[in-house]
Amino acid sequence: MDAQSITTKERLAIPRQEMPSQNPEVRSHNFQEVNLGYTAELAQQEALRCLQCKDPACIKGCPVNIKIDQFIKFIAEGNFLGAARKIKEDNVLPAVCGRVCPQEDQCEKTCILTKKYKSVAIGNLERFAADYERETGNVELPAVQPSTGKKVAVIGSGPAGLSCANDLVQLGHAVTVFEALHELGGVLMYGIPQFRLPKEIVQAEIEGMKKLGVVFIPNAVAGRSVTVDELLEEEQFDAVFIGVGAGLPWFMGIPGENLLGVYSANEFLTRVNLMKSYQFPDNDTPVFNCTGKNVAVFGGGNTAMDAVRTAKRLGAEHAYIVYRRSEAEMPARIEEVHHAREEGIEFLMLMNPLEFIGNEAQWLTGAKCLRMELGEPDDSGRRRPVPIKDSEFILPIDTAIISIGNGSNPLIKQTTPDIEVSKRDTIVVDINTMATSKDNVYAGGDIVTGGATVILAMGAGRTAAAAIHEKLMRKKEH
Amino acid sequence: MHKIVSAIFLAENIKKIEIEAPRIAKKRKAGQFVMIRVSETGERIPLTIAGSDPDKGTITLIVQGMGKSTRELNSKEAGDSIHDIVGPLGEPSHIEKFGTAVSIGGGLGAAIAYPTAVALKEGGNYVITINGARSKELVILEEEMKAVSDEAYITTDDGSYGFHGFVTQKLQELIDSGKAIDYVLAIGPIPMMRAIAEVTRPYKIKTMVSLNPIMVDGTGMCGGCRVSVDNQIKFACVDGPEFDAHLVDFKNLSDRNKMYLPEERQSAEAFTHKCNLLKQA
Ligand SMILES: Cc1cc2nc3c(=O)[nH]c(=O)nc-3n(C[C@H](O)[C@H](O)[C@H](O)COP(=O)(O)OP(=O)(O)OC[C@H]3O[C@@H](n4cnc5c(N)ncnc54)[C@H](O)[C@@H]3O)c2cc1C
Ligand SMILES: Cc1cc2nc3c(=O)[nH]c(=O)nc-3n(C[C@H](O)[C@H](O)[C@H](O)COP(=O)(O)OP(=O)(O)OC[C@H]3O[C@@H](n4cnc5c(N)ncnc54)[C@H](O)[C@@H]3O)c2cc1C
Ligand code: SF4
Ligand code: FES
Repeated sequence: MDAQSITTKERLAIPRQEMPSQNPEVRSHNFQEVNLGYTAELAQQEALRCLQCKDPACIKGCPVNIKIDQFIKFIAEGNFLGAARKIKEDNVLPAVCGRVCPQEDQCEKTCILTKKYKSVAIGNLERFAADYERETGNVELPAVQPSTGKKVAVIGSGPAGLSCANDLVQLGHAVTVFEALHELGGVLMYGIPQFRLPKEIVQAEIEGMKKLGVVFIPNAVAGRSVTVDELLEEEQFDAVFIGVGAGLPWFMGIPGENLLGVYSANEFLTRVNLMKSYQFPDNDTPVFNCTGKNVAVFGGGNTAMDAVRTAKRLGAEHAYIVYRRSEAEMPARIEEVHHAREEGIEFLMLMNPLEFIGNEAQWLTGAKCLRMELGEPDDSGRRRPVPIKDSEFILPIDTAIISIGNGSNPLIKQTTPDIEVSKRDTIVVDINTMATSKDNVYAGGDIVTGGATVILAMGAGRTAAAAIHEKLMRKKEH
Repeated sequence: MHKIVSAIFLAENIKKIEIEAPRIAKKRKAGQFVMIRVSETGERIPLTIAGSDPDKGTITLIVQGMGKSTRELNSKEAGDSIHDIVGPLGEPSHIEKFGTAVSIGGGLGAAIAYPTAVALKEGGNYVITINGARSKELVILEEEMKAVSDEAYITTDDGSYGFHGFVTQKLQELIDSGKAIDYVLAIGPIPMMRAIAEVTRPYKIKTMVSLNPIMVDGTGMCGGCRVSVDNQIKFACVDGPEFDAHLVDFKNLSDRNKMYLPEERQSAEAFTHKCNLLKQA
């Protein structure tokens, strides 16, 4: 069958191509990537399943409106580089998004095939095209416009900051990115583990941006090392984009949360990913030695899945997800839940922790939990979990990892009081331009939305870049 | 990379290190700290900024060799470099004209208290410093403290120098002598800070302590540095490191700091072994 002559019936007859992955027995003991990626044959087979709709529903489900039908057509025809470049017109980090986007809630949800058949594996194809381009050494640096003489400061090097910087530098502005940590990439580096998103991929993207002329300053905490006002006034930046992400992990407010052995997911993942404590003692930073121990992660999102699968890889005997609702309500990507289960993660659903219990030395020994059942639907339409009477029991655990979300990073608010924030301390913006209440200051990503997704952060960075460009060029004409 | 401009031992195991860090030198205020990473594979550890020279673009750290990271740092000499420095972090010390302010440093705590003692003096206070050490050889910053103090005391546990006894006893003596004290800052080992809190509590003297929980990022992202103050969770790296001594749960801090004892021992032993090999070579 070839891309020209294939009939719709033949397309529909092709089964959705499975993503090859490492054997669960093996991968639950290593940090290498779980998914191995499509081969060219698998990718072309999968691409042939796309009906090439006249009015593609998938594109409407994509937060940045990638021309999905067009890039898939290129893959079907064997023009893999063409596919990668088509994606890059709308998405600057396709190798990342192909791996971490919740496609089942976006493009694959709206794909026309989803109702009766299985959707086209759009994410897997996106990943394939981007990997092909990078691995064959065919990444082309985009053209950079002549210098505008304007300077823009970007605060934070997560997906929001990176995409904003990438667009602005191509438009001819001088861009400097200030990053608080010693590594660049935000959650892509310190949050999402190697086995799901190899760090080399993120670094390759950043290297590309450096070649375009973006200047990165790590170890620079905006608000402390330099304030937004100082950037605008003393360092004469014409505009500032704030993409500092979420911050301040939430705790549950139950007794025993300060016992030894209780972590936030951020701390646990930062130790392992950013500080590479899975290679202790070759790297100096330690993490709780999970070997043969029982580890429970409280929460049901992507962060919780990453933490529990990391604990398993560090040798945990039992690695549990404890969640107060049922599996259907878990916000994590379906693929992660599926992979976690294959790796032997134990799911304890409808269970609510009441208290952490410790020994003499204040080390955690267990979590007192209450069983729940689903009651009437709440405001969000989800059935509310209600406690089952007298169902308390103690789950014996050595480590607890709390993964119930984050508040907002307080530093910008503390040091730049004239930027308006919401009750939840997120930065308030005009969603068409990402402009904040302060002149020439823009913001986007998790600091605006609260914990969301990579693609939304990226989209926000690009919207801001377009608005900043427009404003700076308008000023120039006067 | 940040170059070390000078590095000298002040006492056995305590080194004063001046490092190039122009942005930090310009911005830092008393009570703030930096996170440093000595090498590519190193831990991020917090160290107080003991002083700075904005013109030269340098900051000064005073470091006590405890385990692997601090001993590795103290093995560096002028001309060597360290991999990363970020700061200034933490809330600056709250400085106002309290009246009579007592700054108490136990052991290395003197180095951490020193910049705040300077700021208290500049803020118009009558400054009393009490500098405690186990014995005479371990007393640091004696001259510097004298220069900023209206009254300066040294205490040693063994009586080999100054007042024979603990800093708490000296503080009690000052209170008993009828001196009106408006403010106390105490920095040192946890048992010392806890004891000072108990000395001042009955007199309702406002007392601040600088806490030293284990930190990772130092920017308010991980929650590892959480301490319990007035039964609420506070993040020492963004809400502190200084807190009201009368509200701090010192027991919890002291317990939590023991979380990685086996790993710390392992790292320290490996480092000692490496140093011995280098010596033999
Ligand atoms: C463990 C985990 C797993 C996730 N999995 C997925 C997934 O599978 N799919 C998905 O779509 N989303 C996922 N997310 C969410 C996604 O990563 C975020 O929504 C996204 O990274 C937000 O991007 P951002 O650029 O706004 O912020 P971030 O990625 O958080 O980056 C912000 C950057 O700013 C820096 N910074 C903070 N304060 C300052 C300051 N004062 N000065 C300078 N720099 C500062 C930070 O150090 C950081 O590098 C996950 C999140 C986590 C934590
Ligand atoms: C705000 C603050 C300011 C500080 N200022 C100074 C200073 O000016 N000079 C100085 O010598 N020391 C200072 N410290 C203490 C210093 O950070 C620790 O001694 C150092 O991290 C120990 O590391 P190590 O590898 O040498 O020892 P280890 O053997 O790893 O640990 C020794 C002890 O230090 C503590 N510790 C370990 N790792 C960390 C970490 N990542 N963060 C914090 N504490 C840790 C633990 O209580 C541990 O038991 C400060 C600590 C804090 C929180
Ligand atoms: S909706 Fe599905 S079938 Fe139609 S173009 Fe998009 S991916 Fe192809
Ligand atoms: S050290 Fe991570 S939040 Fe303070």
